[in-house]
Amino acid sequence: MDMVPVRATGDRAFQLLLAAMAAAIPLIMGAMLIALVDAGLPAIRRFGLAFFGTSTWDPVAGEFGVLPFVYGTLVSSAIALFLAVPLGLGVAVFLSELAPGWVRTPVRFLVELLAAIPSVVYGLWGIFVLVPWVRATLTPALQSSLGFLPLFTGPPLGIGMLTAGLILAIMVVPFIVAVSTEVMRAVPRAQREAAQALGATGWETTRTAVIPYARSGIAGAIFLALARALGETMAVTMVIGNVPQIKASLLAPAYTVSAVIANEFAEATSDLYVAALVYAGLVLFLVTLTVNILARVLVRRVASGPALIRE
Amino acid sequence: MNGYRRRRLVNAAMAAVTFLCTLAVLAPLFIILAFLLRTGAGAINLDFFTQLPGAAGEPGGGMANAIAGTVMLLGLAGLVGIPLGVLGGVFLAEYPNSRLGHVARLTADVLNGMPSIVMGLFAYVLIVLPLRHFSALAGGAALGVMLIPTVVRTTEEIVRLVPQSIREASLALGIPVWKTTLRVVLPTAAAGIVTGIMVGLARIAGETAPLLFTAFGNRFWNWDPLKPVAALPLQIFAYAISPFDDWHRQAWAGALVLVTIVLLVNVAARFAAGRQARYQRDS
Repeated sequence: MDMVPVRATGDRAFQLLLAAMAAAIPLIMGAMLIALVDAGLPAIRRFGLAFFGTSTWDPVAGEFGVLPFVYGTLVSSAIALFLAVPLGLGVAVFLSELAPGWVRTPVRFLVELLAAIPSVVYGLWGIFVLVPWVRATLTPALQSSLGFLPLFTGPPLGIGMLTAGLILAIMVVPFIVAVSTEVMRAVPRAQREAAQALGATGWETTRTAVIPYARSGIAGAIFLALARALGETMAVTMVIGNVPQIKASLLAPAYTVSAVIANEFAEATSDLYVAALVYAGLVLFLVTLTVNILARVLVRRVASGPALIRE
Repeated sequence: MNGYRRRRLVNAAMAAVTFLCTLAVLAPLFIILAFLLRTGAGAINLDFFTQLPGAAGEPGGGMANAIAGTVMLLGLAGLVGIPLGVLGGVFLAEYPNSRLGHVARLTADVLNGMPSIVMGLFAYVLIVLPLRHFSALAGGAALGVMLIPTVVRTTEEIVRLVPQSIREASLALGIPVWKTTLRVVLPTAAAGIVTGIMVGLARIAGETAPLLFTAFGNRFWNWDPLKPVAALPLQIFAYAISPFDDWHRQAWAGALVLVTIVLLVNVAARFAAGRQARYQRDS
């Protein structure tokens, strides 16, 4: 009989071990925040919020402001979403509402593969295929049709904000497709049948029953893609040109927050220089954290995730 | 009747539009794969897998040390990510509604969406700064943290699929809960967990940003985890932005190797998951 307490102790210890492993995940997240705040502190103290309002980036003089990088991150992500959201939602409607089962599975898998290709491979392809194409084909076409807009002025370099936005669009579209398809599939059949019973066509059912019901989940999918676009580093670094400037033209080179960290961190010599780059990384961390949490909350309003559906 | 005809027309038009969207989204995948095959296949030779990188600008040489470095980094990442991920995932599956479970699940999801460059900064502050130099260890730690979310979530999903009756059969024989979990539940779920780990490893194998200022890269062989080490994605990046044609050629070869591994693992995982798909998924 004295075996029972021993066994219970073993179970208790095992449960504690499992709980410790699960608790490690939020702890790592917390450690990350503390480590970044700590390492960035000299820059946070020195520059405060003015860090985001100034454009001087002068490691020699010890003056740091990230406005052009923030601008580059925001505009390149905006271009990416401008292209990826309509396309991705189109694919999601196709996969969720129209495609027969034998088309759905392979197409979903191919879209997943798009997300599995490493960022550096997108960058390599960007440098040698996309950049020449933008320079020789897309830029002349845009300038001859929309050249009167300040957005499309300047010499055809190939590298620049537009190219970065294009490559980001390709990279984030799988997230929009995967999550919006999932939330649209989670719309109860009764919703569709109610619309169909009123004589709605397939598209009318999608427009009046499926999309309104899935709306917040679709917004979540877009936020998820936004978080990816904001933090994406390698492919953007390789095609954006890495010039810290704020130009109206999308054809001009630019720079992003993640790209400046990637390019300059290993060579940052002074402590303040390192701290300034960590400060920039900390902001990236906090912004993507917020956008991600927002995205999860929105998605869970519609579909409680694959794990919870089964319960 | 005219109205009905117009609605049918709109319906057909929207179906066509969404189909075209699908083609447009998938086109880059095929274009990229086509370029990789065309440019990369011609650049792959035995030297690529057996030789050290050549001197700058001189043709020849390979990425043998980078391939070895990536294997080493994946090993180190596995040491961090696999135990944490598997046991954490078991916790989420066995105690799904505990407060800790909810918090851990949300943080795992959020961690999954974190920019990889931030992981690099984290490992830099935590490991590179105290040691005062770049190291494979720091790179492995950064990748290990990135591995956790994938392993946690797949393990949770797979362990939940283990039928309750199997657990009860074991408990009815007087086997304690911890032994039931380790000797009955985990072996039953092993194939799925291993698949999840493989997909996670394939994902981090291509990560470049977290290695830039942790593993740093190395032109020579290195097996010491406390020294800088080369990695395939780092080498692809360095060669891609170099001015030399032969290095561009080798960058394509490296990219082809990397993508081939990633695609093979994903396709294999798909087939492994396909067997279980009948019971779950798409529900």
